[in-house]
Amino acid sequence: MAEILVLAEHDGETVKKVTTELLTLARVHGEPSVVWTGDGAEGGRGRLAEFGAAKVYVADSPDYADYVVAPKAELLAHLVAVKAPAAVLIAATSEGREIAGRLAVKTGSGVLTDVIGLAADDAGGLVGEQSIFGGAITVQSRVRTGTPIIAVRPNAATPVPAAGPAELEPVQAEIPASAKTARLTGKVVAEQGERPELTEASIVVSGGRGLGSGEHFALIEQLADSLGAAVGASRAATDAGWYPHQFQVGQTGKTVSPQLYMAIGISGAIQHRAGMQTSKTIMVVNKDPEAPIFELADFGVVGDLFKVVPQLIEEISKRAEG
Amino acid sequence: MNIVVLVKQVPDTWSERRLRADDSTLDRDAADAVINELDDYAIEEGLRLQEAHGGEVTIVSMGPGKAADAIRKALSMGADKAVHVTDEALRGSDGLVTSAVLANVLGRTGFDLVILGSESTDARMGMLAAMLAERLGVPQMSFASKVETDGSKITIHRQADYGYDTVEGALPAVVSVVEKINEPRYPSFKGIMAAKKKPVETLSLADLGMDASQAGLAASATQVVSFANRPPRAAGTIVTDEGDGGAKAAEFLASRKFI
Repeated sequence: MAEILVLAEHDGETVKKVTTELLTLARVHGEPSVVWTGDGAEGGRGRLAEFGAAKVYVADSPDYADYVVAPKAELLAHLVAVKAPAAVLIAATSEGREIAGRLAVKTGSGVLTDVIGLAADDAGGLVGEQSIFGGAITVQSRVRTGTPIIAVRPNAATPVPAAGPAELEPVQAEIPASAKTARLTGKVVAEQGERPELTEASIVVSGGRGLGSGEHFALIEQLADSLGAAVGASRAATDAGWYPHQFQVGQTGKTVSPQLYMAIGISGAIQHRAGMQTSKTIMVVNKDPEAPIFELADFGVVGDLFKVVPQLIEEISKRAEG
Repeated sequence: MNIVVLVKQVPDTWSERRLRADDSTLDRDAADAVINELDDYAIEEGLRLQEAHGGEVTIVSMGPGKAADAIRKALSMGADKAVHVTDEALRGSDGLVTSAVLANVLGRTGFDLVILGSESTDARMGMLAAMLAERLGVPQMSFASKVETDGSKITIHRQADYGYDTVEGALPAVVSVVEKINEPRYPSFKGIMAAKKKPVETLSLADLGMDASQAGLAASATQVVSFANRPPRAAGTIVTDEGDGGAKAAEFLASRKFI
């Protein structure tokens, strides 16, 4: 079977969920080889084997963490040249999309971004499904030049285990000085407790204008924590300074596709819908029955969020105890 | 400082956006055209850096004739001049082609800083800054929520899921901005009047030493096979809170095995 490269996202030895999703997709269309940058591959190997990785190319160099994006694109371009894979799958995170973009330029290949599904056409070529214009239109696209580079939206696929050998194979790629021009000099981690990352989370609880103030976001956080969810915010809320900007869900913020999305006090302007419309299940709490967000709701409560949400949190904790 | 700000005209998010049935490209007649939202922030940042360091702000835009409106808006905010790349053969260009054309233009204008929005509201690829940095061989300073430069060195806050990274490099560089970076100014009446007299150079593919085979749908490395309007979501259950809204919501979550 044709080899498909999957760029691993990992935090030290911990393999991120999106990588298991990519492996699940890659297995359908070929034999997945993981590309691992930096250290931790020995520890992460078990997880990769569980999801069917045939090989793990390990490029253990500090360059990948010390410089923005470009070294990873160099590594992938090197592997594309020597391994001639059928495709390269990358998570469509901010960084992943940029790696895909640089790799496309380096290899003269077509790139599809924010792909939510992958199929094969009659000739065996890959066809990527994308959701555009705020979810209004679904597009099927293919790459017709070079090696298909496919950036897949986190949570687009459900990870399914299947054993694979995950043989570690060290690789050396020359990282030229031209790829070391944007140097990472520090990392500032905002307070977000133990919550999962917004784009990776299975459940996202978002608050909007209806919260009325930054202090009231504590209620959203409380609900999120009762569900092990990530917290999001509408643009109205981030613009008002009620919640940090990196948590904004919407057209000018993050696109999320969780199993469950809860919109609390959010009216559902197209700007917001563009960032959450492909969520599997959507729950809404809003006092305005005319709010457009109700059009998307699998379940909606018309009511005062300051009454409904505390009761919901109480019910969740009761059930957790029971 | 020679600052170039890239501007894209996009269909208004608030109007109905469609693809053309014949070639699956954007139906530019179906929707109102506006300047891409994040580009306002890029223009603002360019103007602020100009105020601090002097020099010129040049707007570069690739798009149909109508994109002249977006360029005028950028000039009315205070930019000095503009380059409009327009050619029927460019229609349907993908990211790879667009970045090649823009890199060509930037090679002509020269630059200390290229500033652009981190993504457009229509294509939402979020990779043009990376592609340009790759093509131009300069530092990629993308997703910036803060930019500092002394005219030779540049430091940014690169927005991340967990907060931000600090990233450092040397000019010239490509910078993409997120909306947290500033509060864009509105064009003043004086600015709008002045914009009418500011120079806009129009370039065709031939002017750039390129031909139709290097642009548009024909040259693009990706192809839309088909598209369909998304079916509306099945109507959900909506209840009005009568003191039991939270409990009913919990029941729903339990029925779907979320709790």
